[in-house]
Amino acid sequence: MTTDREVLKLLEEVTDPEIPVLNVVEMGIVRSVSVGVHGDVEVTITPTYSGCPAMRTIEEDIAEVLQEHGVSDFRVKTLLSPPWTTDWLTDGAREKLRQTGIAPPEGRSADKNLLMGKVRAIACPRCGSEQTTMVSQFGSTACKSLYKCDVCMEPFDYFKCI
Amino acid sequence: MTPQELQVGLYRLSDNGLILGQRLSAWCGHGPALEEDIALTNTALDYLGQATLVLKQVAVQEGLGRDEDDHAFLRDSRQYHNLLICELPNGDYGFTIARQYLFSAWYRLFLEKLSTVSDEFMAGFAAKALKEVRYHHQHASDWVLRMGDGTTESHTRIQQALNVLWAYTGEFFEFDATDAALVETGCWVDSGSLKSAWEKEVRALLESATLVVPADTWFQTGGRSGRHTEHMGHLLAEMQYLQRTYPGAKW
Ligand SMILES: [Zn+2]
Repeated sequence: MTTDREVLKLLEEVTDPEIPVLNVVEMGIVRSVSVGVHGDVEVTITPTYSGCPAMRTIEEDIAEVLQEHGVSDFRVKTLLSPPWTTDWLTDGAREKLRQTGIAPPEGRSADKNLLMGKVRAIACPRCGSEQTTMVSQFGSTACKSLYKCDVCMEPFDYFKCI
Repeated sequence: MTPQELQVGLYRLSDNGLILGQRLSAWCGHGPALEEDIALTNTALDYLGQATLVLKQVAVQEGLGRDEDDHAFLRDSRQYHNLLICELPNGDYGFTIARQYLFSAWYRLFLEKLSTVSDEFMAGFAAKALKEVRYHHQHASDWVLRMGDGTTESHTRIQQALNVLWAYTGEFFEFDATDAALVETGCWVDSGSLKSAWEKEVRALLESATLVVPADTWFQTGGRSGRHTEHMGHLLAEMQYLQRTYPGAKW
């Protein structure tokens, strides 16, 4: 195992324990990978939310995947800055969220109106209707809000913009 | 800036979240509605996460091989530097929300300013925490409006809460020699400079919630220097029980 790209590919096997359809690379949790001249690997990760209980598990899972593939000299480093943003979710990750029944974040985090909860219409991931209502800004995990669809009447999670 | 001054500064930053997070955690299973139960415990989780990040930094800076848990659970009351408002018992939901509002309106302004300082850790931490605190602030603001402009009962309760809490808001804007030393080295904020912005915002929201802004009389002080209310010992007894009884326990 020698290149940054190969290590990054391995890390795609590590998924978020709270949203198992997404891996830590497409979520933007893995910020960088560097392989030193002696084959030593440094993986830099950043937490989604300060209190995200998944971070420790993610760190352990990364260690496990690297070890399984014969990488023994590695270090997992946590970086706070720049802070994680939903803008880093790849398009593929957004589509996977939608298919799992979680509405992906709408708009860019730099838009203050979004951060203030004045979100534009959030489409129902089941029927696609934009007639939806926010039930609560806080949902089943730190990264989600709770919505309901006014057309198909189903509740759903919205991956909120930060 | 001495290492001791920096440590006090970091504790002033970590302990608000640690202690208020402990208070809010007690709402788990007791919220007035499931959504509110989840909202307050999510907020508590954000606070505890933020405290963890700062206490890790305390441990690194101290260099004695202790970790964030040692700093969270093995200090005595006088070594905590949180604002007194954070340690007050939760009261009813109106009291909890009124505190969340007054605190997060200040904390948000504080973090906005802290995110611009030159110290890399402080600025990075502030930018991260700010994203979360914006949501807490929005949540509390919505509820102040609903309760203030709600029924006679909800209006009365939240007004009473604000009247009690007001005396604890002076501490937000205190500035002592330790703060000054930290500001000088680019890792802190003169909180006094946030007062007019905070008052303006709070006044506007309370007025639109048909609530009366309490008059400034005298203000409680002491938490930032380790002098706490009678509630703190009880809170710590509960929070520290496990680590004190089974030192080094892990899960
Ligand atoms: Zn629908």
